[in-house]
Amino acid sequence: MVSEGSSVMDAAAGQRQHGEKGTQTMALQSVRIGKTFSNQKGTAVTALTGVDLCVPYGKKVALIGPDGAGKTTFLRLACGLFSPSEGTMDVLGLAVETDAGRIQAKVGYMPQRFGLYEDLSVQENMNLYADLLAVPKEVREERIRHLLTLTGLAPFTGRLAGRLSGGMKQKLGLACTLLRMPPLLLLDEPTVGVDPLSRREVWEIIDTVVKDEGMTVLVSTGYMEEAEQADFVYIIDQGRILASGTPQEVTDKAVSRCFSLVPTAGISARMLQALFLSNEQILDAVPDGRQVRLTLRAGGNPRQLETALPGIPLSFTPVAPRLEDSFMICLHQASRTASSRETPLPPPDWTVGSPSGGGKTVIEVRELVRRFGDFTAVDRTSFSVQDGEIFGLLGPNGAGKTTTFRMLCGLLPATSGTLFVAGQDLRRSPAEARRNIGYVAQKFSLYTMLSVRENLEFFGGVYGLLRQARTERISEVLEEFHLLDVADTLAGSLPLGYKQRLSMAAALLHKPKILFLDEATSGIDPLARRSFWHRITNLAAAGTTIVITTHFMEEAAYCDRIMIQDQGQTIALGTPAAIMEQGEAEDMNHAFIHIVEKKRAERKANPV
Amino acid sequence: MRESIRRIQALMYKEFCQIVRDKSTVLIGIVLPLVLITLVASGMSLDVTDVPIAVVLEDSSPLARDAVSFLEGSAYFEPRYVTSMQEAEQLMSAQQADGIVCIPSDFSSRVARGNARLQVILNGVNTTTATTVRGYLTAGLQGWMQSYGQRTGVSGTAGSISVVGRQWFNDANSSTYLFVPGLIVIVMTLVGVFLTALVMAREWERGTLESLFVTPMRPMELLISKLVPYFLVASAGFVLCVLLAVFGYQLPFHGSCLALAICSAEYIIVSVCLGLTISSIVKKQFLACQLALFVSLLPTVMFSGFVFDLHSVPAAIRVVGHLLPATYYMEFVKTIFLAGNNWFLLARNGTILAAYALFFLALSLRLAQKRLS
Repeated sequence: MVSEGSSVMDAAAGQRQHGEKGTQTMALQSVRIGKTFSNQKGTAVTALTGVDLCVPYGKKVALIGPDGAGKTTFLRLACGLFSPSEGTMDVLGLAVETDAGRIQAKVGYMPQRFGLYEDLSVQENMNLYADLLAVPKEVREERIRHLLTLTGLAPFTGRLAGRLSGGMKQKLGLACTLLRMPPLLLLDEPTVGVDPLSRREVWEIIDTVVKDEGMTVLVSTGYMEEAEQADFVYIIDQGRILASGTPQEVTDKAVSRCFSLVPTAGISARMLQALFLSNEQILDAVPDGRQVRLTLRAGGNPRQLETALPGIPLSFTPVAPRLEDSFMICLHQASRTASSRETPLPPPDWTVGSPSGGGKTVIEVRELVRRFGDFTAVDRTSFSVQDGEIFGLLGPNGAGKTTTFRMLCGLLPATSGTLFVAGQDLRRSPAEARRNIGYVAQKFSLYTMLSVRENLEFFGGVYGLLRQARTERISEVLEEFHLLDVADTLAGSLPLGYKQRLSMAAALLHKPKILFLDEATSGIDPLARRSFWHRITNLAAAGTTIVITTHFMEEAAYCDRIMIQDQGQTIALGTPAAIMEQGEAEDMNHAFIHIVEKKRAERKANPV
Repeated sequence: MRESIRRIQALMYKEFCQIVRDKSTVLIGIVLPLVLITLVASGMSLDVTDVPIAVVLEDSSPLARDAVSFLEGSAYFEPRYVTSMQEAEQLMSAQQADGIVCIPSDFSSRVARGNARLQVILNGVNTTTATTVRGYLTAGLQGWMQSYGQRTGVSGTAGSISVVGRQWFNDANSSTYLFVPGLIVIVMTLVGVFLTALVMAREWERGTLESLFVTPMRPMELLISKLVPYFLVASAGFVLCVLLAVFGYQLPFHGSCLALAICSAEYIIVSVCLGLTISSIVKKQFLACQLALFVSLLPTVMFSGFVFDLHSVPAAIRVVGHLLPATYYMEFVKTIFLAGNNWFLLARNGTILAAYALFFLALSLRLAQKRLS
């Protein structure tokens, strides 16, 4: 374990000496806690091991880590939903092993997917939880009203919870959790799958209530900027704590190792990233707003960077580290011991300056409309995508991007408008158009009970590849996507990152001209995301057109052009730099919020 | 205690809201039982009527005609007279006849001698019908022989003394009367187990339990809030079924209403708790459905005495049958409907069912823990 600078533990020890009340100064304290599950085959899987974690009263503590790191398991242990395999944990002075019932009667816990009853209205869900949580009758009405106002759900009390948008559901779940004003609030990724606007609102609610009521908070999150707001952070990966301390302390690990540079004309940010990621000096590179951000490996020499790419003049500026930089350093350190991670990435298979596409239009959309009953999901949308371009679709939950996306893939008929994909009219000859399309769905949609190879055989057959060609192509993609060592493993038992690679391999079997990716990066860890974009960059360089939807605003920087939709309409369309200009911000997240809010205010001012 | 009641009320209100809004519950709980009773009571029957019979009169004497005259006036048969066996066989293969009665050319002379023979050929594809038809035909012929013997004083045909039985408890010998009470048992099993097997698994699948668990709610309260609403839905289905059977299809009811109500309530508790138990174990709606089918519905249909009389099955199956609570309820319902108050049997089966109800209640409570793993 690489636990360093555990100032929280020091603080805990100090407080214990002062207070003499033992764990009373800690709302939550775990000592070497571990949890082992047995999977279907009966082998033990370690979800957590030797985790020491403290949450002092009145503080906000963030638990950050990639998907599958053990965050949810820890929170479930904390509210007595699991019993620990080893170690001890006290929550509000009660031991989780013996006092689960009393802990559950005290803490507030919001699971990743709060269990709203979808066939109950907003008000009915609130009433149910008010009664279950024994909210005193005198304050019940007042508190429900207060929380409904705070969450902006007051106008929708009669609406069934199942009819709410993703962001609203999350806020209702939060309101239900907050009903009892718990002394300790446990939040499991409260903003996962939620757009930037709703995310900001969710945090405003949490912060307001926490300040007013003096609550203690333990929150798990995948967003570094959320963790930066906490008093203490713990970085967790593969069931172990990698680092802990105040956000500043943890961030300082990356001090004097971070640089940024502005891409030179002619080379896109994602190409620079791909080149840097194969450089031995560089640990991490990521497009960031208008720049590319670099983190050096330990002992890396910043002066050597300037000649990192022969023939290309580069000028770096040292920048202050961010929590994300330290986070990536920790993950890389941990992955050096765990062989499952692939680092460093292979050098790109294209050369700088090679033409990416011939500027031919491959997707042409004019006045596209889709109505469901009297609800217009997509309203007169027009755009076009060039050969070899990476085109991003962004928007808040329910903006119409999934609907647009489905129409582009020919999964949903358009109500009106024209739609040309790879030279074919999708409304007239959808079968022809589909031949040129590869599609990776948001949810893993391959056969879990077939092996990797069998899945590929099947999809090869579906796409009509003949036996010889199929066998050749399958060994090609198996190698390309690093799936050779799992070729005979059942697809269902693969880790998420592998599944994602398999989905892409299957979608690319027939060498489509256009690849559609629906939220392909949600749920996979940052390292896997780097290699995902590395692949996408290679594909685009080889002439494949990519259309992608994403929740991660920072990923917009990988795209050549992006389109932002809201309430069915296109509100911004252009290069990431132009969008940031329009949004008057230095990063995509703020630009996005600004653009959406401005448009909504305009629409409110002069409704059509 | 007060808080506990408040929580149970809140949970039950939630459950009722869901039942009312989710059409499938009403469909399974109320509509399906009524449809099943209607279908079975009006359509499904083992009674054989209007069976087409080809009659081959190789001997066309008045005596021969008289011998098969019972076919004419009967509701059971629809005779078609042909002259050759070949013709009859054609009718049989064209499925226009379910049986052949052949009167050989020497029939009249043999009757006089007292050793008359008569050939009956039946379509063995449908054994149940065939057996019934053979019974009817034999009885008809024997009846004729007897009256012929009396009329003529020729006793040579005898040696065959016809025994006309009369069945008890099923006065009209109508299988509808046997089926409908049995069907009520099937329906209660179906409704009770399936409704609840789904609801708990649904909460697991939708992740609603994880949020519920981290509240002061006790497992017992969750159980009660599930049990009561679905007990009421199943009971409503039961009452409607009985009313439909008795008033809609004139099913005789000879027993005590109170005894029926008590014992049925016990059985519904057994079913509902079995459903909750299944649901708590498997946590997936699809699996719960499959399991409910295998542990409740299929054995109830096969082994509880609904289709096969438990007295005439192999010992091993009889043992399985007697492990099922449904067997005792089946016996109870059939008895109380068709025979009336056989107090010994009613009390015995009522007690056994009560024991089962307690057992399953305890089991489902034991499984309802506030743990995820």
